[in-house]
Amino acid sequence: MNEQVTLPADTISGPRIELRAVTHTYQTESGPLPVLDDLSFACADRSFTAVVGPSGCGKSTLTRLVAGLLKPDEGQVFLHGEEVSGPRATVGMAFQNPVLLEWRTIIENVVLPLEIVPNNLSKSDRTARAHELLSLVGLAGFENKRPSELSGGMRQRASLCRAIVHRPEVLILDEPFGALDAFTREDLWQIMQALRKEENVTCILITHDLRESVFLAERVVVLSGRPAHVQFTLDVDLPENRTLEDLYSPGATEMLHELRHQIEIAQGRVDANV
Amino acid sequence: MHRIGVPVAAVLIFLLLWEWLVWFNGWPNYKMASPTDIGPAMWQYRWLFLEYGWDTLWRTVVGLALSVIVGTLLGMVMGFSKLMRDALYPLLVGFNAVPKATVVPVIALIFVGMHDTNTILIAFMISFFPIAVSISIGLSTLEPEYRDILRALGASRFTIFRKIALPKTLPEFFGALKVSVTLAFIGTNLMEIVEPHGKGLGHLFDSGKINADYPLMFAVLIALAALGILLFYVVVMLERIFAGWSERGT
Ligand SMILES: Nc1ncnc2c1ncn2[C@@H]1O[C@H](COP(=O)(O)OP(=O)(O)OP(=O)(O)O)[C@@H](O)[C@H]1O
Ligand SMILES: [Mg+2]
Repeated sequence: MNEQVTLPADTISGPRIELRAVTHTYQTESGPLPVLDDLSFACADRSFTAVVGPSGCGKSTLTRLVAGLLKPDEGQVFLHGEEVSGPRATVGMAFQNPVLLEWRTIIENVVLPLEIVPNNLSKSDRTARAHELLSLVGLAGFENKRPSELSGGMRQRASLCRAIVHRPEVLILDEPFGALDAFTREDLWQIMQALRKEENVTCILITHDLRESVFLAERVVVLSGRPAHVQFTLDVDLPENRTLEDLYSPGATEMLHELRHQIEIAQGRVDANV
Repeated sequence: MHRIGVPVAAVLIFLLLWEWLVWFNGWPNYKMASPTDIGPAMWQYRWLFLEYGWDTLWRTVVGLALSVIVGTLLGMVMGFSKLMRDALYPLLVGFNAVPKATVVPVIALIFVGMHDTNTILIAFMISFFPIAVSISIGLSTLEPEYRDILRALGASRFTIFRKIALPKTLPEFFGALKVSVTLAFIGTNLMEIVEPHGKGLGHLFDSGKINADYPLMFAVLIALAALGILLFYVVVMLERIFAGWSERGT
């Protein structure tokens, strides 16, 4: 059951994340609930993919599959050509809820993954690494504060640091900015951009914010309503070092329009043929 | 200063009111002893108070320790497994609902003559329930994301328990422990009074009753209250040390 399917060597340099015909159904008290249906897409190495779709269509389920927290009923998930059969230390995750541990200081929260994944960093190396990341996201000076002393935006920044402190190959972000106000959110987008430049990571971002997807991602995947499959894919045609200004360019406006339209189709509000 | 002064002042005011009430109503000793009667009684029997107070204290603490161990284990079993929760909850609630005074003679019969064991058992039986419930609720209401941040890295169940579930449950645990401390005291004394065997403050109370020494009886109650307060604040101190993070600044 658990045998690992390894792809031929030439595909190793191919996609970092790949989902092949993934189908998943939850068994609930009111009967089976199909959530993902024949879902396939791939993310190139070091790319940034945003996934959008109607509420409850199965986006978080998708992240749990990629993280190895859940096994698909059918189909496979590959990370760097290797089939995912369980959790692995090369993945980092952040959620809408920053889930910082209240009994730890900020820096102790950030080093947490280094206490779990195998590594040969000394205690001071770990602290140095965490410190470097906290500075990068503008939290220098807050290392020894408790999470309860920080604002929502600051907590989410700390949560991002924790997600990448162990240098994961894949970073899974499930609406990490969803609960923030509009201005804080835009700050966090830029911080995310900066992190990406420093860290060698393939990102997959679940979001409800189309502007966010266009600002951060190279590719936006639109999922259909539940059970979800890939309905539409958009390659974002904006410069690599985008600014918020770029979101107001005619090209960006057109992309946002298209995505909006696709979401409405996914929600079943408009007919795809109109 | 403030933190010690206020409670001490409150106790003094309470004693004054008590004294006044007894004086005002002209109550005799056998109806209600006044603080000025109790002081001398305590002094007269000071060595007995020390000896019996120690009996009561250590038995209570051992019973409580048992409660912590068994309560935590039960709480973990129920917190992690829905099946066990469904199975054990009604049993525990039923067990807890049985008046412990009725259990005392049963226990005394089962372990004839083993007074320490009997007393500790009752202290334990009466006090483990809040701990088991609080731990099981703390564990079963842990948000899945907390588990996932570690599980996604391949952490074992035990690591997740040690790093997340356990510390996160500590505030609830200490809340329950404060209730259990008082309950364990009640348990110890229940045994000492109902099945007298010449030990503990309960025994002193009993001999006060037999000799119609009412100030002594009241003095025992005061000593029990003092021990209860002492243990309670020991728990508060432990809470500060181990779960101080959960206290929000005022
Ligand atoms: N463990 C589970 N057991 C049963 N049903 C589940 C479980 N997890 C999720 N579901 C259901 O599956 C569907 C998809 O859930 P999922 O969380 O993946 O959606 P989502 O796209 O992330 O939603 P949202 O946009 O609200 O975050 C929902 O209807 C949800 O109620
Ligand atoms: Mg979700």
